[in-house]
Amino acid sequence: MKVPAPLAMLAELTHRCPLSCPYCSNPVELAARSGELTTEEWISTFKQAADLGVLQLHLSGGEPATRRDLTELVKGARDAGLYTNLITSGIGLTEKRMHELDAAGLDHIQLSLQGTDAEMADRIGGYRGGYERKMQVAGWIKEIGFPLTLNAVLHRQNLHQLPRALEMAVEMGARRIEVAIVQFYGWAMLNRNVLMPTREQAKEAERIVAKAREDLKGTLVIDFVPADYHSDYPKRCMGGWGTTGLNIAPDGQVLPCHAAQTIKHLKFENVRDKPLADIWYQSDAFNTYRGTDFLPEPCQSCDRKKIDFGGCRCQALAVAGDASATDPVCVKSPFNDKMRALAEDFSADEAAEITYRTAAG
Amino acid sequence: MIAPDAVPYLPRGVRLHRDHVRDRWVLLAPERTISLDVIGHAIITELDGSSGFAQIVDRLAAKYDAPADQIAGDVQQFLGQLAERRFLEVRA
Repeated sequence: MKVPAPLAMLAELTHRCPLSCPYCSNPVELAARSGELTTEEWISTFKQAADLGVLQLHLSGGEPATRRDLTELVKGARDAGLYTNLITSGIGLTEKRMHELDAAGLDHIQLSLQGTDAEMADRIGGYRGGYERKMQVAGWIKEIGFPLTLNAVLHRQNLHQLPRALEMAVEMGARRIEVAIVQFYGWAMLNRNVLMPTREQAKEAERIVAKAREDLKGTLVIDFVPADYHSDYPKRCMGGWGTTGLNIAPDGQVLPCHAAQTIKHLKFENVRDKPLADIWYQSDAFNTYRGTDFLPEPCQSCDRKKIDFGGCRCQALAVAGDASATDPVCVKSPFNDKMRALAEDFSADEAAEITYRTAAG
Repeated sequence: MIAPDAVPYLPRGVRLHRDHVRDRWVLLAPERTISLDVIGHAIITELDGSSGFAQIVDRLAAKYDAPADQIAGDVQQFLGQLAERRFLEVRA
């Protein structure tokens, strides 16, 4: 297959974060501050990404606002010609800093929502006062006029708050909301018993989203990430491994997706050692699961092969024990019964207690 | 429907960009990239923030030597789709 140039890059500027959400997508083994790329290294990476064909840059973390050089990084990214999106909890952003980000050319903000009231949000985020702070930041976003996407992460504990989250997005002036039912990677894997939605909740969320899409047409765009343990077919993970996007970890490792480090036999290259273009086109980590040749049956003869590329490699490893297997979400997977049993058992665990993410060193 | 004297414009966060690597024009929007063909690009470059819909149609009709009512339909459809996805605003 001819390898296309990437369109999007997720820059995980740091793993440090004041929140400790139990579904954090960062790896369980967090990168330390001392190993983080410098300002110059990040800006060089942004330039290389733009030359490679990346158009959209997502500045994420951890909490990207914990990087003191965030404004400089935004400016560097804009100078490189990238569309810059800040993915933040809002914690660490002051009004002054937001005006600086505005002047630096920040294009868009994606604000995360842990719950629709302080009690829920601060319990899930593990950070008292976080909700109040976030609401203040939402006010500044509106005042300055940054385009906003609200990102509501939903799970068994807070799925009943979905209708209110949709209202809040409209009140905040967001053009878009991402209704993301939690996906099980990183820290969320340690909390499946706390977070797994019930099948009824997953269906109810689909109904609410379908109705809201009608009611709010032209006002609020709703992107929906369904509960995949309860789905019949897997997601088109990353738009296809090594076809659309790439992630840079805080220490400069280049990953095909944010959970790829769970696949232990893959060796990841670092922007400190090699040009980004070489890593994208030539490294084993990107080439191993590119295309569909590696897929076994039932994928090989399936007419959905080019739709979902067999789903998610990390999930195949986590549940089926083999990263090249069919994603067990698929009803055709021999591990689908196991997947459904896991979903049932975890969602029925009433006594489960939250394992919070720990702090990055 | 966009009224004849209403002014369509790209809101903050949606901008035209030359994608040199793929040799094309794109609209960059929040977490979305829209590839523009020649016609899409021609329409977008007419959005100056002050011209009304009818004016834009007239200019395109003159430029491409095509009947205004046919152009109006195409522009209405193109801009309508962008507005529905919140990539375009319309000032009455």
